[in-house]
Amino acid sequence: MLAQFLQFLFSGITVGATYALAALGFTLIYNASNVINFAQGEFIMLGGMLAVFFVQAGLPLPVALVLAILIPAIVGVLIEKLAIEPVRGAETVTLIIITIGASLVIRGLTSVIFGKGTHSLPAFSGETPIDILGATLMPQSLWVLGVTALVVVALWYFFSRTLQGKAMLATSYNRLAAELVGINTGWVLFMSFAMSAALGALGGILITPITLTSYDVGIMLGLKGFVAAVLGGLGNGLGAVVGGLLVGILEAMGAGYISSAYKDAMPFVLILFILFFMPRGLFGGKSTDRV
Amino acid sequence: MKKSVYNGLYIVIAILVVLPFVLPNSFYVDLAIRMAINAVIVLGLNLLVGFAGQISLGHAGFLGIGAYASAVLPTHFGWHPLLAMAAGAAATGLLAAVVARPIFKLKGNYLAMATLGLGIIISIALRNEAQWTGGPDGMPVPAMGMFGFELTNDKQWYWVVAILLSVSVWASLNLIDSPFGRALRALHGSEVASQVVGVDVVRYKVAIFVLSAVFASLMGSVTAHYVGFVSPNFADFFHSIELMTMVVIGGMASVYGSLVGAVLLTALPQALATFEGWETVVFGAILMLSMIFLPKGLVPTLAAKFGKGE
Repeated sequence: MLAQFLQFLFSGITVGATYALAALGFTLIYNASNVINFAQGEFIMLGGMLAVFFVQAGLPLPVALVLAILIPAIVGVLIEKLAIEPVRGAETVTLIIITIGASLVIRGLTSVIFGKGTHSLPAFSGETPIDILGATLMPQSLWVLGVTALVVVALWYFFSRTLQGKAMLATSYNRLAAELVGINTGWVLFMSFAMSAALGALGGILITPITLTSYDVGIMLGLKGFVAAVLGGLGNGLGAVVGGLLVGILEAMGAGYISSAYKDAMPFVLILFILFFMPRGLFGGKSTDRV
Repeated sequence: MKKSVYNGLYIVIAILVVLPFVLPNSFYVDLAIRMAINAVIVLGLNLLVGFAGQISLGHAGFLGIGAYASAVLPTHFGWHPLLAMAAGAAATGLLAAVVARPIFKLKGNYLAMATLGLGIIISIALRNEAQWTGGPDGMPVPAMGMFGFELTNDKQWYWVVAILLSVSVWASLNLIDSPFGRALRALHGSEVASQVVGVDVVRYKVAIFVLSAVFASLMGSVTAHYVGFVSPNFADFFHSIELMTMVVIGGMASVYGSLVGAVLLTALPQALATFEGWETVVFGAILMLSMIFLPKGLVPTLAAKFGKGE
């Protein structure tokens, strides 16, 4: 019983860590621009696919991984420059359609260039499972959790201890006020897209040895990242991490104990329930309307 | 301007009447039918999105309920297609009414999330309940008919959907100009202000959500009978996005914009079929470009350019 529970828990937090990274990506962009970036999932896909491609091309693993993070970051910046900046202040629906257009372009190009097959990446440090109280943990899971934890700490440091980080936070609270005290909000927008694309790609790379990847995995991963971000309260970084882990755990438990066919539906059932009772997510503050 | 409200309707009817005599072959008749069906769905969605200012990213889920009601109930339980259609619409209306109250406490991106979730749950359920729905492969739909008369060929279908479309345009124009429509536009402008002047904001939002969901369900049934086949793709997220895009490309809060958006985006995949393998890329690029350069949509942009309202 315990072994089974632990098994579900391990696979839940592993996948949940990827959702958490995606949710952090949503949060960064949302804070900088109020845009929900529906292309976020494509960065996850792109990270995994590029890593596979570069490793197959014979590049050493570290080089391949850096490139597989750098290229999505550039794509993210391009989206911001070419498609988001020109329509600043547009309606939510317009912005949603633009980012969905971007996700279609990325997904389409990937399928043209890399084909529609399913790919895998060798695990970073072997496939010998670790036995914990009867449940098994893959070494790759430790990579996923360890790197995610590092990223979270690094982000916390960036946003609370560095000037650039504080500038980004200030912009998310009040863009106009931030501009008045001399913060370059254009740069903030640029950084937030680069960072969230890189975060997504990183998650995609780490999880690929476990879940495999193909050109179309981005949609569901992205939508679940969105669920995680909303669950934690849109714009709340800590909420995004907690939301991601919760979504991952719920999904794994649901698949294990209830129905594996409805695994993909669980995050959406959860978010509907949460929103019914807590319209601004778990950690979202109360809001007042300005008339 | 008041007088010209129906001018557009007369033009639409004129086009619908002339069209079958100028279309060269059945391929174009089929395309015209699908355009008209989408136009009716988009009209309903635009009432919710454009006029009342609420987002729905799960509308294809409602289409799916209607379509599958028309497929499953006659096939497995021997129901009459019309009865199945009505049952689908009733079920959709009920579902929409039940979820609407909590959902419409939400705003903007939270509302987008909730409607998206609802749509995805419906499409996953359709995919999984294979013993009823045929699972991912879908299932055939029996022909629509009554009193021993069956709708079979494209010409008959064309006239049916042409009438449906004309009636929908007429009904939408009237609805917008009614107290109900004015209340919707008021709450789009400012919820607080409309509350102050006595508009029951939640009740109106729920009403328009249910109305557009039922619209979608009925047209889901019509599509299912026309195509003769349903598959879960019909209810999926991407289809919801397509419908939303039709609304926005044509023009939010524009009745004729809905028609233009539906016509353009229904034709687009046909036009893109020549780009073997690149369809998705080109489609995505067109979505982005049209939103960047025409954020208000085609019809309102053109109307503003030529200096008159619709």
